[in-house]
Amino acid sequence: MITLIDYKAGNLTSVRKAFSYLGQESVVTDNPKQVREAQALVLPGVGHFCTTERLASSGVRDAVCEAIGRGIPFLGICVGMQWQFAGSTEAPGTEGLALFEGACERFQTTLKVPHVGWNQIRRTRQGTQSRLLDGVPDDSFVYFTHSYRAPVVDGVSAVTTYGETFASAVERDNVFGVQFHPEKSGNTGLRILKNFCSAAERSAR
Amino acid sequence: MSTGITMRGITKRIIACLDVTKGRVVKGVQFVDLIDAGDPAELAHLHATSGADEIVLLDITATSDARPILIDVVRRTARQLFVPFTVGGGVRSLDDASALFDAGADKISINSAAIKSPGIITEIAERFGSQAVIIAIDAKRKVGGVVSSEGAVAAEVYLAGGRIATGRDAVEWAREAESRGGGEILLTSMDCDGTRNGFDCPLTAAVATAVNIPVIASGGAGSGDHFVDVFKAGCADAALAASIFHFGIHDVRQLKAQLQNAGIPVRLPC
Repeated sequence: MITLIDYKAGNLTSVRKAFSYLGQESVVTDNPKQVREAQALVLPGVGHFCTTERLASSGVRDAVCEAIGRGIPFLGICVGMQWQFAGSTEAPGTEGLALFEGACERFQTTLKVPHVGWNQIRRTRQGTQSRLLDGVPDDSFVYFTHSYRAPVVDGVSAVTTYGETFASAVERDNVFGVQFHPEKSGNTGLRILKNFCSAAERSAR
Repeated sequence: MSTGITMRGITKRIIACLDVTKGRVVKGVQFVDLIDAGDPAELAHLHATSGADEIVLLDITATSDARPILIDVVRRTARQLFVPFTVGGGVRSLDDASALFDAGADKISINSAAIKSPGIITEIAERFGSQAVIIAIDAKRKVGGVVSSEGAVAAEVYLAGGRIATGRDAVEWAREAESRGGGEILLTSMDCDGTRNGFDCPLTAAVATAVNIPVIASGGAGSGDHFVDVFKAGCADAALAASIFHFGIHDVRQLKAQLQNAGIPVRLPC
């Protein structure tokens, strides 16, 4: 069972639909107790970084930290991945989980921002052992839509280039994150979500 | 493990559009004379599996019939679709948009309502993010074509599926839509739509260079060369077509191979 965290920003339907297609049951909640007791957690996200403020005020943030501490697989998508960093210049007052160092910043490029569309991911040296990207060839196309990007630091498993090179996936122990939308990235994305489901199953055993 | 492809950066998107009325996909020429092209859910799935980067479903008579968009058609179409899915037609309020997102849309497209009350753009963008808000602009060249001293292309914005002229300039409206929180512009040339004689490249370029958000060109696709033109001369970030895909005239993969040969980055293999 996968627990999807609802923080009243963006849209959970697509992610849920993808898990259901993969035969994986999921439940949506904003209740800290349910988050704390989850077997696997997903934080989908679109929109502004400041919406993650709600996670702190509702107690969900603490519940997520506890669950991560217990070794529960946790996947952050888009803003959900950005939240795993220390913060974002999009909302300077809002703290991220700081599981990865550095803050997300707006793209510094002459290209159009937001970065919208299909772009390629390439593993970093650390990413060669990635469980999340298992079976996904380098240079595979995935779908992005974002204006802020995370820095390439320790724990980054794949990078993408749009004017500059940024973190498109992170992974450390039971914490996973993707800047792109696996639920919108065709078969490549479904493979990544399936890999997460496998991590969740292993952890539940 | 490598596919042997080089990193080509962001790719130009090919978008398959389903114009829907009464739950069926239809195609008309210049917004009239509609003929049946099939079931939206089936066609969306077919396009996605044959390489389309994105699917757009437009309920083309929702606004003129003053009725809400057909939610179950959206839900049914979204069910097995794992590429970005945009829905438009008859979105008048934040509630309309919320219902579409709940039904499985990733983005909504607004046209008439955005012109009538532009605040709705900001309202939806603040709740769901700018990336979820596409501003659809139906534009028609003004008689005489080029009028501006800067050599810009003059085109007027139309509403309600091309039925009502607004007096607004397309480029100026695109800029305003961006400043209010629109995440992409879907620009349809009413002059070219359904003709299969090619996109309006000068108009597309005028809008695409005036804003910093992606512009999707629409109207007039008839051959692979037209797509090459709209990505090169038209500076489009994405190109949308309907009829040439529905009737299998153009295979999306074949089209992408042609674009790749012309030096345009595309998602291939897909």
